[in-house]
Amino acid sequence: MSGGPVGELFRLAFASLWNRRGTALLTVFAIGVSVALLLGVQKVRTEARESFASTISGTDLIVGARSGPLNLLLYSVFRVGDATANVSYEIYEKVAKHPDVAWAIPISLGDSHRGFRVMGTSAAYFEHYRYGRKRPLQFAEGRPFDDLYDAVIGADVAEALQYRLGQEIVIAHGLGQVSFANHDDKPFRVVGILARTGTPVDRTVHVSLEAIEAIHVDWQSGMQAPKGARVTAEEARAANLTPKTITAFLLGMESKATVFMMQRALNEYRQEPLLAIIPGVALQQLWELVGVADTALMIVAAFVVLAGLLGMLTAILTSLNERRREMAILRSVGARPGHVFGLMVLESGLLALLGVLLGLALTYGALAGLAPLLEHRFGVFVELSAPSAYDMGLLGVVVGAGLLIGAVPAWRAYRNSLADGLTIRV
Amino acid sequence: MNDATTSPEVVPTSAIELDGVEYAWVRGRPVLDVPRFAVARGERVFLKGPSGSGKSTLLGLVGGVLLPDRGQVRVLGQDLAALRGSARDRFRAAHVGFVFQMFNLVPYLSVIENVLLPVRFSAERRARAGDLAGEAHRLLNALGLGAAELGKRGVTQLSIGQQQRVAAARALLGRPEVVIADEPTSALDWDARESFLRLLMQECAAAGTTLLFVSHDVTLGRLFDRTVSLGEINRAAPGGGAADAAAASPAVASA
Repeated sequence: MSGGPVGELFRLAFASLWNRRGTALLTVFAIGVSVALLLGVQKVRTEARESFASTISGTDLIVGARSGPLNLLLYSVFRVGDATANVSYEIYEKVAKHPDVAWAIPISLGDSHRGFRVMGTSAAYFEHYRYGRKRPLQFAEGRPFDDLYDAVIGADVAEALQYRLGQEIVIAHGLGQVSFANHDDKPFRVVGILARTGTPVDRTVHVSLEAIEAIHVDWQSGMQAPKGARVTAEEARAANLTPKTITAFLLGMESKATVFMMQRALNEYRQEPLLAIIPGVALQQLWELVGVADTALMIVAAFVVLAGLLGMLTAILTSLNERRREMAILRSVGARPGHVFGLMVLESGLLALLGVLLGLALTYGALAGLAPLLEHRFGVFVELSAPSAYDMGLLGVVVGAGLLIGAVPAWRAYRNSLADGLTIRV
Repeated sequence: MNDATTSPEVVPTSAIELDGVEYAWVRGRPVLDVPRFAVARGERVFLKGPSGSGKSTLLGLVGGVLLPDRGQVRVLGQDLAALRGSARDRFRAAHVGFVFQMFNLVPYLSVIENVLLPVRFSAERRARAGDLAGEAHRLLNALGLGAAELGKRGVTQLSIGQQQRVAAARALLGRPEVVIADEPTSALDWDARESFLRLLMQECAAAGTTLLFVSHDVTLGRLFDRTVSLGEINRAAPGGGAADAAAASPAVASA
């Protein structure tokens, strides 16, 4: 009586569902779509977190003037907000020459071009900056800046402003979308366009540190000198363009073991108030702030799945009355009330399982179809990997919830079959 | 087999025995009060009972789905109350086949699957049936259904007469000792009734199966070894005894 009837119940449950395949398919579809949504949200959540966490990689320390770690991270990596103070070029040079430091990338912010931030940096940026899984920056077109008035633009900048190589651009003073103070006497030429990264690099205009100095050479206290005292673009080339201050700098260490030592040394530096942060730690803190939204999204998706399962409950409960006769027949051929209960639970479980499988198929189908678009438009690289253990856990919970919800009609069928016995009530 | 002379009171090996059985759905208002009723092994008994005579209750008790408030129900010598619930279900599956008035078949199973249902729940029936598909076809053929025409069709497309034959084949599969038929012919027209009944009796005789046939159609009684009126054996029948049964059905009055 052990193995046989259980296998038999499976066959009965399958046959019963097949008999009502119209309703069953709708139920499976409802569950499938809700599961696809759940998996989709989960996938986007994972990818977004990963994408976020890999906005910058390979950099061991970010160093700026003393403020808060999140503030430093936001302006140096995400190009959000402003630095409250600068660091001296002197300390940058000193640290860059330290034997434990493998490379240093200076960052100078404060100007913009049609809403995109302009960042002054050095050639080291194109060589050492890494994002994602330690991916280096690549040029879609052109080359790094070489001349004083060369600019390298990110993929979003090129796309949004329809810029090609050779385009002349004018940098605006300050960060406003519409600026009234332009460095229009010193235009730049686009010499390179970076391949899409999916990071804020795409929305940045890169020039050399010296270029930042050059365009400000005749500026004082945020105002350009009156017409007579201005310095032309060509005259500026002759000036001393070594910056006195920069906004921040990124460091790569020779050995991971020296990261903490260097961080501490910089944070305790007496001559100048500095702040050195480890990007991974700061990113994690930032994600905890941003991550609330995706948890909310996940909760919504979970409720959609619950709605799908409740739809199944409704469908099964509705069919229950017309199936009393069927249950009495099964009882008459030797099925125990427990078998009736089991049959109903199995039907719910099968519906939930089929729904989950459909959901998986829908999710992976959609991902495969949308992956090129996601990568091209948003720079989010979606990997078609097998569902994670967490995903499988989620799906297990859905099937479990299906079985649990199935226990409601199963219990009623059980009670019915006890009350009806063999008497078939038409 | 047709041992009509056997008196129920002295049968040593009864197929079905009710002793002092009382049952009430609502306390204090018994619907069944049967001092004594027995069917011998291999006997074919016609139990006439109009609706309201406690027929369903009696079948529930013999099937082991209900337990008597008082007295004993024994099937093949086994006191059903002595068995646990699941054991009673197992006992029923192994030893008793049922045919009901109508809607006997599980709509989503094929004809053969419907016939084979009992062996799914009873290893004993399975063992006795031997070659399952072969035995199912043999029974269906014996009951006048060709395998060819039935194999493909869904059970809901069968005529009621065909459905009843499928149900009879199911009740007989795996040679249970007892077959209980509850108004199996009432939905059939006259010609179909006789032929159905003859085939059923034939198969019961061939397998030595005890047949308890419940119907209000007394004209069928002549085909059985013995006719018993439920109104007479059930002291709790409405109004008490046979008089009420007569009132309910004029045909019974002549019995």
